[in-house]
Amino acid sequence: MLLVLLSIHKREKGPSESVKRAHQKSRITWGRSHRVACHHRAPVSVSPVATSNSLIPRRLSLTVALPLLYSTAHPKPLAVHHPDPTLSRRAGDPHLLSPSSSPEQMDPSESDGDARKTNKPKYSKFTQQELPACKPLLTPGIVITAFLLIAFLFIPIGVVTLNASLQVVELAERYDMTCVHTDDKIGFIQNSKIDKTCTLNFTVHKHMKSPIHVYYQIGNFYQNHRRYVKSRSDKQLRYKNAAHLTKECYPEDNAHGAPIVPCGLVAWSFFNDTYTVKVNGETIEVNKKDIAWESDKNNKFGSDIYPSNFQKGGLIGGAKLNESIPLSEQEDLIVWMRTAALPTFRKLYGRIEKDIMANDTITVVIQNNYNTYSIGGSKSVVLSTASWIGGRNNFIGIAYLTIGGLCLSLALGFIVVLYMVKPRTLGDPLYMSWNRDE
Amino acid sequence: MARARKRDRLRWSKLYTFSCFRHPHTDEGGGGGGGPSAASGSPVGGPGFSRVVHCNNSILHRRKPLKYPTNYISTTKYNVLTFLPKAIFEQFRRVANLYFLLTAILSLTPVCPFSPVSMIAPLAFVVGLSMIKEALEDWRRFMQDMKVNNRKVSVHKGDGEFGFRHWEDLCVGDVVRVEKDQFFPADLLLLSSSYEDGICYVETMNLDGETNLKLKRSLEVTLPLEEDETYKDFRGVIRCEDPNPSLYTFIGNLEYERQIYSIDPFQILLRDSKLRNTAFIYGVVIFTGHDSKVMQNSTESPSKRSRIEKKMDLVIYILFTVLVLISLISSIGFAVRIKLDLPRWWYLQPEKSNKLDDPTRPALSGIFHLITALILYGYLIPISLYVSIEVVKVAQAHFINQDLHMFDEETGNTAQARTSNLNEELGQVHTILSDKTGTLTCNQMDFLKCSIAGVSYGVRASEVERAAAKQMASGAADDQDISLEDVWENTEDEIQLLEGVNFSAGNTPKTSIKGFSFEDNRLMQGNWTKEPNSNMVLLFFRILALCHTAIPEVNEETGALTYEAESPDEGAFLVAAREFGFEFSKRTQSSIFIKEKYTSSNGTIEREFKILNLLEFNSKRKRMTVILKDEDDRIFLLCKGADTIIFDRLAKNGRLYEPDTTKHLNEYGEAGLRTLALSYRMLEESEYASWNAEFLQAKTSIGPDRELQLERVADLIERELILVGATAVEDKLQTGVPQCIDRLAQAGLKIWVLTGDKMETAINIGYACSLLRQGMKRISLSTTAGDQVAQDAQKAAKESLMLQIANGSQMVKLEKDPDAAFALIIDGKALTFALEDDMKHMFLNLATECASVICCRVSPRQKALVTRLVKEGLGKTTLAIGDGANDVGMIQEADIGVGISGVEGMQAVMASDFSISQFRFLERLLVVHGHWCYKRIAQMICYFFYKNITFGLTIFYFEAFAGFSGQSVYDDWFMLLFNVVLTSLPVISLGVFEQDVSAEICLQFPALYQQGPNNLFFDWYRILGWMGNGLYSSLAIFFLNICIFYDQAIRSGGQTADMASVGTTMFSCIIWAVNIQIALTMSHFTWIQHVFVWGSIGTWYVFIIAYGMALKSRDNYQIMLEVLGPAPLYWAATLLVTAACNIPYLIHISYQRSCNPLDHHVIQEIKYLRKDVEDETMWKRERSKARQRTKIGFTARVDAKIKQIKGRLHKKSPSLTIHTVA
Repeated sequence: MLLVLLSIHKREKGPSESVKRAHQKSRITWGRSHRVACHHRAPVSVSPVATSNSLIPRRLSLTVALPLLYSTAHPKPLAVHHPDPTLSRRAGDPHLLSPSSSPEQMDPSESDGDARKTNKPKYSKFTQQELPACKPLLTPGIVITAFLLIAFLFIPIGVVTLNASLQVVELAERYDMTCVHTDDKIGFIQNSKIDKTCTLNFTVHKHMKSPIHVYYQIGNFYQNHRRYVKSRSDKQLRYKNAAHLTKECYPEDNAHGAPIVPCGLVAWSFFNDTYTVKVNGETIEVNKKDIAWESDKNNKFGSDIYPSNFQKGGLIGGAKLNESIPLSEQEDLIVWMRTAALPTFRKLYGRIEKDIMANDTITVVIQNNYNTYSIGGSKSVVLSTASWIGGRNNFIGIAYLTIGGLCLSLALGFIVVLYMVKPRTLGDPLYMSWNRDE
Repeated sequence: MARARKRDRLRWSKLYTFSCFRHPHTDEGGGGGGGPSAASGSPVGGPGFSRVVHCNNSILHRRKPLKYPTNYISTTKYNVLTFLPKAIFEQFRRVANLYFLLTAILSLTPVCPFSPVSMIAPLAFVVGLSMIKEALEDWRRFMQDMKVNNRKVSVHKGDGEFGFRHWEDLCVGDVVRVEKDQFFPADLLLLSSSYEDGICYVETMNLDGETNLKLKRSLEVTLPLEEDETYKDFRGVIRCEDPNPSLYTFIGNLEYERQIYSIDPFQILLRDSKLRNTAFIYGVVIFTGHDSKVMQNSTESPSKRSRIEKKMDLVIYILFTVLVLISLISSIGFAVRIKLDLPRWWYLQPEKSNKLDDPTRPALSGIFHLITALILYGYLIPISLYVSIEVVKVAQAHFINQDLHMFDEETGNTAQARTSNLNEELGQVHTILSDKTGTLTCNQMDFLKCSIAGVSYGVRASEVERAAAKQMASGAADDQDISLEDVWENTEDEIQLLEGVNFSAGNTPKTSIKGFSFEDNRLMQGNWTKEPNSNMVLLFFRILALCHTAIPEVNEETGALTYEAESPDEGAFLVAAREFGFEFSKRTQSSIFIKEKYTSSNGTIEREFKILNLLEFNSKRKRMTVILKDEDDRIFLLCKGADTIIFDRLAKNGRLYEPDTTKHLNEYGEAGLRTLALSYRMLEESEYASWNAEFLQAKTSIGPDRELQLERVADLIERELILVGATAVEDKLQTGVPQCIDRLAQAGLKIWVLTGDKMETAINIGYACSLLRQGMKRISLSTTAGDQVAQDAQKAAKESLMLQIANGSQMVKLEKDPDAAFALIIDGKALTFALEDDMKHMFLNLATECASVICCRVSPRQKALVTRLVKEGLGKTTLAIGDGANDVGMIQEADIGVGISGVEGMQAVMASDFSISQFRFLERLLVVHGHWCYKRIAQMICYFFYKNITFGLTIFYFEAFAGFSGQSVYDDWFMLLFNVVLTSLPVISLGVFEQDVSAEICLQFPALYQQGPNNLFFDWYRILGWMGNGLYSSLAIFFLNICIFYDQAIRSGGQTADMASVGTTMFSCIIWAVNIQIALTMSHFTWIQHVFVWGSIGTWYVFIIAYGMALKSRDNYQIMLEVLGPAPLYWAATLLVTAACNIPYLIHISYQRSCNPLDHHVIQEIKYLRKDVEDETMWKRERSKARQRTKIGFTARVDAKIKQIKGRLHKKSPSLTIHTVA
C-alpha cells in the first residue's frame, strides 16, 4: 500500500508540470545572478553545471529530472572573475556578464563558497516531511466494514462469555443478620464468651463440578481506605531481619515494646470467621491450600518469618495466627493481605475438591466471629464453581452483546444513510466549502 | 592601494554644500577660542560626562580606575554560573510548573497520596528538558556572539605598526584602521580617512534602516594622522559623555597637543555601521562592547505567545477549576465520612487517629484532605503538555529550517524559525503588513525608459506592463462566450505562464547589465545622433553623466569601471550614460571627466567638465544640481529632480516639451516606474559670479540659519530651467512577489504595504504587485497641510482627514456591486492624525473594508503603530515582514515578525521570529508550515486534554469507592509513567508528523489555509468536544471495569481481583483507549507514528512485566505474568473497554466525514481515489476555485477583467475610478 501511494506521489509531478518546474528553476537562478552581482561583496566565481545539477532534487522522478538536465546541458559563457565585488554591486559592467547569457540559461555567478554549500540543508525524506506514509481513509466502505467487524467479533465473544458465565453454579447466603438473634449485635459479637456457631443450609439445584470455591464476602468494609492500605510493612513480611521495620504500620506497629509481626491494620483486622461444610450431613474437607498466588507465597511472604507478638496488644482485631507456621504458608492471611479494590469484596476461603450433585443439601457451619456489625457491613458465604471466565459474571457477556449489537445496527444505519438516504460520491468536489457556498 | 589612490584624493568638503560643514567654527577655532569655550560651556567632566579616553594608550584602560568594559559582547541570557538559578527561576514562572513544584514539595509530607518520587521525577524530567532547550538556544546565541567577537580589525600595536586583532580584544583608546565595507568594531572617533579632508561615507542601515550613505568628517587637527607611521607618537585625551543610547548626539572634547577641540556627532562612527565609498579610515575607540550606542539601543525583543497557547492557558485554568471542584467534593466527602463513619470503622483504629483523619475534627481533616486531593487529581493538569509542546515545536522549527523549498541558493540562507513558540501562529495569520523596499522589491534600479525632448524611448516593457499585456490577452480570449470553467482554465494557464516563463514570454533581453534594461535602437550605438532633437539628447545624456555625486572606481584587473553612488537610482543613470556612450571616467577635485563616444568624429574622446558648485539632493529639496563649466567655458546648470519640483521651476521658454513629457511621466508611472525630470540652464558668467558670491557668503555664514540661507540661495539659481526630459527606472520586484501575493490573497490573507517611499512610487509598486489594479476604487487620504505647525492648521488638517475618511466609508457603504474593490492609500502625515485615538477606529474600519491598503511615507514608529492598530483593533493575528532596521518596531509589535535575511543588515532578522531570504518563501511558510503546525498543535493540545481527563477522572471516581480516603487505584509508577512515557511519544509524533494533506495540496488549495484563521481546530466546540470525550471515556473505563471485577472470581482458579489487578486492568484499558484514540485522530502514518503508537502499547506490557518482576512492585508483583495474563477476563475486559471508549468517536468522525466533510477530507478522498489523475479537468477546476474571494492579486485582476467584459455584454457601464484627494 505504501508503495502505491508513493508512486501516486511521483505521478503528480507529471511531465507537463516538470517543464514548468524547469522553467521556474532557471528563472530563479537567473534572478540569483542578478542579485549576487547586485549585493554581494564576497568574490564570486563560477560552477554553473555542478550547482545546477545539485538543484535537481533527488526526490523528483526521472521524468522530472530530464527537462532540467536539458536546460542545464549547455554550459554558458562564464563571467569574468571580478576581484572587486563592489564593481558589480552598484553599476553593473558590460564585461561582467557575457551579453549572450540569457535568463533561460544558468546562473553564471553561482557561488562556490563552501560556507554556502554547507548551509544548504541536506535532502532527506525526513526533514522534507516526505516520508512515505500510510493514509488510511474512512470511506463509507471502511466505516461499515469496521462496525460490522466489531459486531461480528463482539457478538460471538458475548455469546461465549455469557454462556460460560451461565454455566457457573453459585450459592450465596448472607449470614451476619441471620446468625445473630439478639438486638445488640455489637455486644454479641464483642463478647468472646458466647458461642457463635451458626448453621446455613443450601439446596443445590444444579450439579456443581469440583473444584467448588468457597468464598467469604464482606460488604461495606473499606479495605481500600488509604489509611488501611498503607498500614503494612512488606519488608517485614519478606525479610527476617526486617521485623523492626514497622514504621508504616501505625497504629498497629508495636506492642509491649516489641514489633508486631505481621504488623499493620491489614493483618490485624484479619478475617476470623470459619466455615465447615457438610454435604448431606457429611463433613467434607475445604482445602485451604493454593488459594493465594504462587508468587506471593514464594517471594512476598517469607518462609522463615513467623508471626510474633500478633494480636497481643490492647485491642484485638481479628484472627490470631499460629506462631509455628511461617507466613508463607498462612495462605488465608496472604489472601486477606491482598487488599480489595471495592468496599464490597469476596475472598477465597478454600476449595472443595469434590463434585456436589444436584439436590444435595449443603450445610455450612460458621463460627461467626468477625465484627461487621459495628461498621454496618455484611457477611456472606459463597460456594461457586468457576468457568474459564471466572465466576458468575453475566455483565461482560451482556456488555459484549450490547456493543456488538450496537455496532451491527450502526453498520446497518450507515448503510442506510450512506448508500440510500444521503449517498455521497467519494471525493465529490461539490462538498468543498467553496462549492457549497454557491 | 591606499597610497596609490592618494593622488586623486578629493576634497569633498569643497563640493558639498550642505550638512558637512555644520560647525565650521569648531573646526577652525581649535587653536584659539575653541578650547576655553568648550571647557567652560560644555558639561564635559560633570556628572554623566565622566568618560576619559587616552587615545593610543589603551594600556591605561586595562586597569582601574579607567577600566571600561571590553569590546566583548554577549547577548546570551545565562552564563555557566547563572544558568542553573536563572533557568530554574524562569521555569517556575510558569503557573503550571509552580503548581507541580508545590505538589512535589507537598509530596514529601504525609499528605501526599503517592510516593514522593512519582511527583518529583516527572517534574524534574519536564523542567530538565525545558532547561536543556534553553541551554541549547543560549548556546546558539553564544556562538553567534563569538562569531562577531572574533571578527578581526586592524589595530595599532605601537611604533606605527598595525596588526589584526579580534574585535573582543579591542580596548578603549585603541587606534583602529577600518577598511572599506567593513563594519566599525566599536564606537570610534574619526581621526582621518583616505580622503584628504578626512571625510568618509557611512552606511547606517543596521542602526536606522536608512540606505542612503551618511557623511562623517574628522576634525581638522587630526587630518595629518593619515598613515600608519604617524600613530607612533600619537597621544590625546578624549573627555566625553558616558555611554547612552542616543544615536544622534555626542558631547565630548578632544585634548590634543595641549589644545581642546570639541567633538560632535559628525566625528563619531558607530558600531555596526559600515564604511562605504572610502578606502579606509583611522579612528580611536571611545565606547566598546555594551557601552557602544548600538548595544545600548538594543532592546530585548518582547516574548510572544501564540493565540493557541493563550487559549490553552484558559483551558488549563478551566481544568484547574475542575480540579479544585472535585477536590472540594472529595474533601467534603472525606470530612463527612470521617465524622459519621470513621468512629465505627474499627479496623482503622479510629481512636488512634492523627490530625489527618481525626473524627473529632472533621473540618481540619477535610482541609488536609483537600491538599491530598489536589495532588491526587493533579493528573487532570497535563504536566507533560508544556514540555511535549516544546519538543514538538522544536521539531517543527527544525523542519522549517531544513525546508529545501525555502532555501535561497543565492544567499545560501535557509528559512529560520528563530523562536519556535510561534509556529502554529503562522497558520492563523489574518493580515500581513509588509515593508516595500528590500522586501517586495530588491532595491535595485534598472534604467528602462526615458523621454527626451517630448519623445519617449525605451521599448522594453516593465513587469507591470507585461502583466497587463497578459491580462489583456486573456481578456480578449474571453470576448467569445466561453463557459466559466474554461475561463478558469485559461487563468490557470496564465498564472502558470507567469510563473514559469516570465521573461521569455516578453521580449527576450539582449543584455543583462545590472541597472540597465533599456532597449531602443534609436538611441543605442550612437544612433541618437540621427534623431531630430539630437542636441537635446546629447544634453540629456550629459545630465545623466554629470549630475551626481558618484565616484568611479577602476577595477585594476579588468580596467572596468564601477560607480560608488549614493543611491541605486544614480548608479543606474551612470550605467545608462555609459551604455549611451558617455562614460563617466574620472572625478578630480574640481572636474568630472567623461569619455564620449559619438560626439566627435575622432571616436572616443575624454572631455573635462569643471565643477563650480554642487547642490546635493535631500528629501526636502527633492532635486540636485551641478553647476559646471565645459571646455568652451560655458557655464551650465544641470538639475534633476522630482517632476513636480522641476516643472515649478521651468522657464517660460523651457516648457516646450512639458505636455509630452507629462504624458510620458504618467505612462511611466502607470507602468510602475520611478521617474525623475531632467533640466538645464545656461548661465552667464556675470550672473553666475554674482550668485556665487552670495552663495559663498551663505556657505561660510555661522549660525543656526545657515542651512536656510543655503537653501534660499540655492533656490535662487535653480530657476528658469529648461526641461530636457525624464527618466524612468524600474524598481525591480523580488522574484515571485506578485505570484506570492496572489496566492496569499487567495488564501484569504489581507496585505498592507507600509513603505517609507513617496505615494507615487508606492502606488506604482502596488500596481506591480497586483495589489492595485485598474477599476479599483482608490481612496487616497492625505493632508494638504505642509509644514504648518500652527495649531489651527493642524486642526484643519485633521478635520479634512476626518471628512475624507467619512467620505470613503460612505462610498464603501453605498457601493452596491459586490465585486467592487477599494484601495486605501494614505501618506505618513495623514497617518499621524489617523492613528490618534479618536480617529483610529474610523480609519481601521475603512481600511478593513478596502481590499488593499498602502501606507506611504511612514516612519518606523508609525509602522509599529499601524501594526498595533491592526493587531489590537481587529483582534486577529498579524504578521509583519521587513528587512531593514526601520522595520524592527513593526516586527516586534506584530504577532509574528518575519525578517528578510541575506540582503542587508541583520537588525530585522535579529528582531524577528522567523527569517526567510525571499518574500516569496512567505507563501510556503504560511500556507504549508503554518497550516500544518496549526493543525498539529491544535489537535495535540486537544488530545492532551482528552487523555488527562480520561486518566484523571478515573482516579476521582475511585475515591468515591474508597471512602474519599485519597487512595489511588493505580500504582505510583503507573501514574508516573503515564504522562512521561506511555502516552507522550504518540502525541508528540502527532504534533510533529501529522499532515492532513501534502505540501503540494496546501499550495494548490490555498483556501485550506482559512481553517487556521477561522480557528476550526481549536474552537470551544472542539475543545469541549474533546473534553466530553475524555469524560465519557473515563466513565466507560471505570464503570465497565468495576462491573466486571466487582466481586466475582476472575480466573478459572476462583481467585478474585484485588486492588492491584483492578488498577492494572483499568490502566491497561486507558493505555489502549487513548492510543487507539490517537490512531483514529491521525490521518498520516509514517513508520514513526506506527512505532510510537503501537510501541506505547507494547511498552506498557513490557513495563508491567518487567516491573512485576521487581519485588518492590508490592501488589503488582508478577501481576501480568501470574494474575492477569492467564485470565481471559482481563483481555476480554481490555477489548470491551477499548471498543466502548472509541466507538462514539468513530461514529462521530464517520458521520462527519460521510455527511459533512471538510475540505481536506474531500481532497484526501480525491487523492486516495486518484481522481485527480483520472479527472484532471475537475482537479484543475477545483484548484482554481479553491481560493478565497479576493480582490487583489493577479487572479483578481483577471477576474475583474472577465467581469468587466461580461458586464459590457450586459450593457453595464464599467466601474469608475474615483479619487478623493483633498
